[in-house]
Amino acid sequence: MNAAKPLSRWAELLLLPLVCLGVALLAAAAVVTLVGQNPVEVVSVLVQGALGTRRGVSYTLYYATTFIFTGLAVAVAHHGGLFNIGGEGQAIMGGLGTGLVALWLSSSLPAWVILPLMMLAGALFGMVWAAVPAYLQAYRGSHVVITTIMFNFMASSLLVYLLVNHLRPAGAMAVESAAFAPSARLASARDALAWFGIDWPASPLNLSLLLALAASGLVYLFLWRTRAGYHLRAVGASPAAAEYAGIRSRHQVLVAMAISGALAGLVGMNEIAGVNGRLLLEFVSGAGFTGIAVALMGRNHPVGIILASVLFGALFQGGAEVAFEVRGFSRDMVVMLQGLIVLFSGAMAYVIAPVLARVLAWSRALGWRHG
Amino acid sequence: MEAGLAVRMHGIHKRFGAVAANVDVDLTVRTGTVHGIVGENGAGKSTLMSVLYGFYSADSGSIEVFGQPATIRNADEAIALGIGMVHQHFMLVETLSALDNVMLGAEPHWRLSRAQDKVRQTLDGLMQTTGLHVPLQALVQDLAVGDRQRLEILKALYRGARILVLDEPTAVLTPQETEQLFGVLDALRRQGTTIVLITHKLKEVMRLCDDVTVMRAGRVVARLPIEQASVEGLALAMVGRKVQMGRPESAQGTRASHGLLQATGIMWRDVYGVQRLHGLDLSLRAGEIVGVAGVSGNGQSELLDVLSGLLVPTAGQMTLQGQVFSADAWLDPHTARTMGLAHVPEDRQSRALVMDFVAWESAVLGYDGLSDYSHQGWMDHAAMRSATAAMMARFDVRPAAPELRSSKFSGGNQQKLVLARELGQAPRVLLVGQPTRGVDIGAIEFIYARLRELRDAGCALLVVSSELDEILALSDRVIVMNQGRITGDLAIGDCTEAGLGLLMSGAAE
Repeated sequence: MNAAKPLSRWAELLLLPLVCLGVALLAAAAVVTLVGQNPVEVVSVLVQGALGTRRGVSYTLYYATTFIFTGLAVAVAHHGGLFNIGGEGQAIMGGLGTGLVALWLSSSLPAWVILPLMMLAGALFGMVWAAVPAYLQAYRGSHVVITTIMFNFMASSLLVYLLVNHLRPAGAMAVESAAFAPSARLASARDALAWFGIDWPASPLNLSLLLALAASGLVYLFLWRTRAGYHLRAVGASPAAAEYAGIRSRHQVLVAMAISGALAGLVGMNEIAGVNGRLLLEFVSGAGFTGIAVALMGRNHPVGIILASVLFGALFQGGAEVAFEVRGFSRDMVVMLQGLIVLFSGAMAYVIAPVLARVLAWSRALGWRHG
Repeated sequence: MEAGLAVRMHGIHKRFGAVAANVDVDLTVRTGTVHGIVGENGAGKSTLMSVLYGFYSADSGSIEVFGQPATIRNADEAIALGIGMVHQHFMLVETLSALDNVMLGAEPHWRLSRAQDKVRQTLDGLMQTTGLHVPLQALVQDLAVGDRQRLEILKALYRGARILVLDEPTAVLTPQETEQLFGVLDALRRQGTTIVLITHKLKEVMRLCDDVTVMRAGRVVARLPIEQASVEGLALAMVGRKVQMGRPESAQGTRASHGLLQATGIMWRDVYGVQRLHGLDLSLRAGEIVGVAGVSGNGQSELLDVLSGLLVPTAGQMTLQGQVFSADAWLDPHTARTMGLAHVPEDRQSRALVMDFVAWESAVLGYDGLSDYSHQGWMDHAAMRSATAAMMARFDVRPAAPELRSSKFSGGNQQKLVLARELGQAPRVLLVGQPTRGVDIGAIEFIYARLRELRDAGCALLVVSSELDEILALSDRVIVMNQGRITGDLAIGDCTEAGLGLLMSGAAE
């Protein structure tokens, strides 16, 4: 049994994800063929729908914005050695925080005051929702995976309770709050680009995309440029070495989860402040879990997460187009496609990596012989 | 009378990427002899044995076992050919009994009780003839290290090993246990078992082996019968230059002066409530190296952890540079560092370095708050890189690549990097656990010189080591520990190997 050589850096960062994606698409194509559809047609509709038009691109980026937040949340926790499976609940709470501030204050404050307040409230709500499981893990030994799952259910129920019993305007049938005042709405891409005289089609894409990119940059700086980030990564990579270095690992559990929760909480800025302009149910709709796949595929690095988010955004958007355009191709098939990509880019990467290493070594040897 | 060859490996080549681990290696082991293979770490001894045992396949070369050409693709095939291996780190299941460990994977009957009876019968016979006595009913986790090793040998013999490969078998044994092991190996040799002994302890080679093969940088550099070998000659062949290993005569000179660290009544109980340290008293004075001798697991590790602030003792107090710490307000590792107490931990893989970090990130571990390295919470990567490059140059860390991942360095080079880091801030007190574990001879010499230099500069050093030779070579004063107690405190002049061995085993009352 020969131990396979590890992949070189460029191959690991660039080639491997592409190969994984390719294998996933092949597997998906096989399934599409099995159900009697033409894979070439499906893929072309998907790509065209996601990236072929300005409207498609806008939708793709809108989905990507939410995935960047939840992906970053998973990544920061991962660098601290924790598996934050509670992005869903933290995002719900973040949206709640964002919405509550908007409902209470938007009629009296101008946009440049209210929007930052909404953002802070969203981050704070997400942070607190993540800090409780973190505290329980650090000081009471309850495993964070279990508690964050529970907290997802609690957040979801809490939102339903508040909307149904308190936030719903009297007499309204729909389970949603009243609309925010215009000052609490984050400008859409169409409006923002119109300020510069650019005509852009209407879409849910809004300025929170910039917030997501800024958050990615800040996460990068925090993790790799600050002492606090260094401590967090040390605890994640080797708790014993961190302890030896005088870093208090319990404290780092709190830090990692708090930042993670705050990032997830920013989802509210996209979905609540940017798109809906009111608090409603189901605005996260699984993005917290998609964030796990995004972080996995993006190798827990902000740049990778942005790329993976765009890929998943394209899948969501293109998938919706496929379900709409191709007869007999249901939404469930799109979910299956996403599942395959998660499977191959996440779990199967460890299966594909040694094969790829062997192929590379073999092709290099072949090249030498010919050269 | 030529007994024939048990193993003949010819022209073995094995490369790992750019590294040639074995280059044209020949090994011939006569049947019924003890054959020593010596060489520094990375000389290719373990690779060669892994090829013989089927862990790796050689790139080219041939193997004959008892005169028959053999291809060995995995451990099962090696065992079938009569080759048994005793690894340096025992391959035993701690929660199973000794008997079950022998039987595991070779159960002679599907009903467990029947199988156990059969195995026990065979083992009783084996123990009679070889003198390898192990309590078969005991759980492995309750066995002493010596017992575990005998169990590993029994396991190999039970599987029909006629060629026994032992990898650094004495690394974890007391001198007395080593003697016992050698007695057993001697008996096995007389009964016709062939033994291959991988070691870096040349004295043991001289004591036990019939032939010796010396490897350096993947090649065989010498192969000779023991009558023609000498410790000096073998060391020269291993390293390729002359090595000063023992105590330099001049090093006796410096006088210990004022106390820097004073610990009294240190007690520590582990999470299971077992008392691991029983009221230790200890003082370290400037300009002296205190060696802590003892068989691994007698409280030395805990002592290091308590003194460095990693463990809080259940009772006791410590005075460090005039400041008093009690058990309720013990110092933490961070405070320890700021007070000039540095610590080179025993376990560098999991403690001293973060394996996933690049070298320069590991090289500032615990010191990232220094104003040289960071300002207002922002890390100065350029300063850290250049500081690491300087450390690497000063301590001859190879490769001198600050961007390389910590895990990619060999054990010896990792240790040099850790020492460079801990010595870098001119500590007043230095605690060192296993300074040269897994480090090769050339680097050992270098590390000893640095530690003596530090002592001469007025630092107080506490050196914990399981190698008695190391204690004797470095220390000015020796403390012996047994079962969490200090059983001896001797000036170096009063130490003999036999005397320390008795104290280590707790036999001297």
